[in-house]
Amino acid sequence: MAQREIGPAGWSNQQGQAQGENASATHDQSLAQREFRRAILEHMPASTTAALRVRGLRKSYKDVVAIDGLELEVRPGECFGLLGPNGAGKTTTIEICEGLTRADSGEVEVLGMHWDSHAGPLRQRLGIQLQETQLSDKLTVFETLRLFRSFYRQGPEVSEVIALVQLEEKAKSRVGSLSGGQKQRLALACALVGDPEFLFLDEPTTGLDPQARRQLWDLIEQFKRTRRRTILLTTHYMEEAERLCDRVAIMDHGKVIALGTPRELIASIGIEHLVEFSAGEALDASALARIEGIRDVRIENGNILMQVTALHRAVPALLDELGRQGVPLTELRTHSASLEDVFVALTGRHLRDD
Amino acid sequence: MTEASHRDHPLVQLTLMRFREFWREPEALFWTFAFPIILAVALGIAFRNRPAEVLKVAAVTPELAQALRQEKQLDVQQFSAAAGAEALRTGKVALLAEPGPGGTAVYRYDDTNPEGRAARMLADAAVQRAAGRVDPVPARDQILREPGSRYIDFLIPGLLGLGMMSNAVWLTSFAIVDARRKNLMKRLVATPMPRQYYLLSFLLSRLFLLFVEVGVTLGFGALVFGVPVRGSLLDLAALCVLASFSFCALGLLLASRARTIEGVSGLMNLTQVPMWIFSGVFFSAQRFPDAVQPLIKALPLTAVIDALRTNMLQGGSLAQVAPQVGVLGAWLIVCFGLALKLFRWR
Repeated sequence: MAQREIGPAGWSNQQGQAQGENASATHDQSLAQREFRRAILEHMPASTTAALRVRGLRKSYKDVVAIDGLELEVRPGECFGLLGPNGAGKTTTIEICEGLTRADSGEVEVLGMHWDSHAGPLRQRLGIQLQETQLSDKLTVFETLRLFRSFYRQGPEVSEVIALVQLEEKAKSRVGSLSGGQKQRLALACALVGDPEFLFLDEPTTGLDPQARRQLWDLIEQFKRTRRRTILLTTHYMEEAERLCDRVAIMDHGKVIALGTPRELIASIGIEHLVEFSAGEALDASALARIEGIRDVRIENGNILMQVTALHRAVPALLDELGRQGVPLTELRTHSASLEDVFVALTGRHLRDD
Repeated sequence: MTEASHRDHPLVQLTLMRFREFWREPEALFWTFAFPIILAVALGIAFRNRPAEVLKVAAVTPELAQALRQEKQLDVQQFSAAAGAEALRTGKVALLAEPGPGGTAVYRYDDTNPEGRAARMLADAAVQRAAGRVDPVPARDQILREPGSRYIDFLIPGLLGLGMMSNAVWLTSFAIVDARRKNLMKRLVATPMPRQYYLLSFLLSRLFLLFVEVGVTLGFGALVFGVPVRGSLLDLAALCVLASFSFCALGLLLASRARTIEGVSGLMNLTQVPMWIFSGVFFSAQRFPDAVQPLIKALPLTAVIDALRTNMLQGGSLAQVAPQVGVLGAWLIVCFGLALKLFRWR
């Protein structure tokens, strides 16, 4: 088969082609942005500007309520994260939005369209990565992507997508021989092969080692930077949500319990830093609460956990106090408040059991 | 170059996927191609150089034994009455000849057993001739053992049909349940892939392998046993393609809901085992009672085997097997239509 010449910097989409095949990367990018806005104005009813709108969504499996009156709105061009522990209803939610699962009740509008009436056009415009898909082990990376590419009317060349997810060296390898991270990058490539306006990623890095996870984050960030397309992703890794998402909805028991940018969410719990330490049993914990900048002293698993506003003043004061009491310090950790702490503050539980 | 001209067709890519998945699985290849040959060799050897049937009979008196030995198709032993009765009861002999009162002869045999009835006729003729009967019409035997009318000639079309059914049903059902189990089907459904193409790809991918499969079986039959193909090869190919499509459609239907290999295996056995028995693979389906013949003829395996035998052994044209073609076509349309309707796409 004749392969078309690969355009510069990855993508040459249909809009790009209409304006000239070999547009420069920056031109492509700004063009894509303009085209995207135009597309929104043209294709969406005047009343809606959301890429995804979910209202009053409910779904039960037998006697388990998976989604309990969920409301969501994802803006065009943003990366929106659904963060929550396993069983919070994230996958059910995203699969309903993807048109793969039917809701019991509620309304879902994707790119201004409904699944009942516009499944065909929607499928052309969405890129989907499922939580667990075993692609055929017997096919090569190239063959797999060529298969997926054949389903879409427009999109980049197969070799461009392979380059985008950095699998060039594995293009001729069987899928069965790939590592977990490589498989996940291939799954991402399968989602990108139709040049989607809206990308759905369900737990894209679950089960990957830290290095593979970081590599995938880089790829998703790169896609965000260059394409400015809408992304909805689910995750139970707070680092992932903090790093990739413009806005995050924290989910628990099938409901959104908090919504905002990662920064807003962290600020909302009024904690800046956390200090955790272990000391001898003779410690008088009540004295700690009187130190300036230290609030909410708790004992968790034998460790002392404190919320701290001014780290540079509180830590020396803490060390002074321990010295005064003559208690030996065996462990000391500090970290800035994260989405994990937001979840703990809201539910009293941790995102992950491990 | 425009987008449309270089774009791969989804049906081609899906078919290629099916083909590659199969071709790159060495075990599947082995069983698909080796199994019909192994079976043909085993059965061919079992039935090939078998001498003309010799029936074992017993006689109670030396006179009767002497008379019976004049018949070359009988293997005669002399027993005491008790031992003879025992041999008859246990099936060691097909008939026991005893002297009756007043110079008569008594034949004891099971008249529901064809061997018993054949032995009765041969034994009586031998006894009558020994007693001096002269046949009024002289007769002469002409033995017919030419290619086309032996058991192996009957068997090869049967095995061909059986192989096409097993391969189509098994490979199709297995691949579908596997894709469902691995979430691959759900992933494909999340793309704009036209769903009927997914199902059609199973039918088309069979074509690649069908020619190899049929070629191997027919070539083996022709080279080793001299099994003829007297009809048109084109007709034969058309029959095989139609049959394969019908069996694939049956496989699609069987796998349309199942989520596990175990679940679909049960359904496959439920549909295939009756056909192994009733469709005349190893022996003629005519042996079953008339009342069930219409049902047997409506089975797809019966239809394809009948049509293959008509083509290969009698040199019949497609027009002569129109009823069988109709049966296969009906199975194809009904199964594919139902599969499309019932299919669980996740």
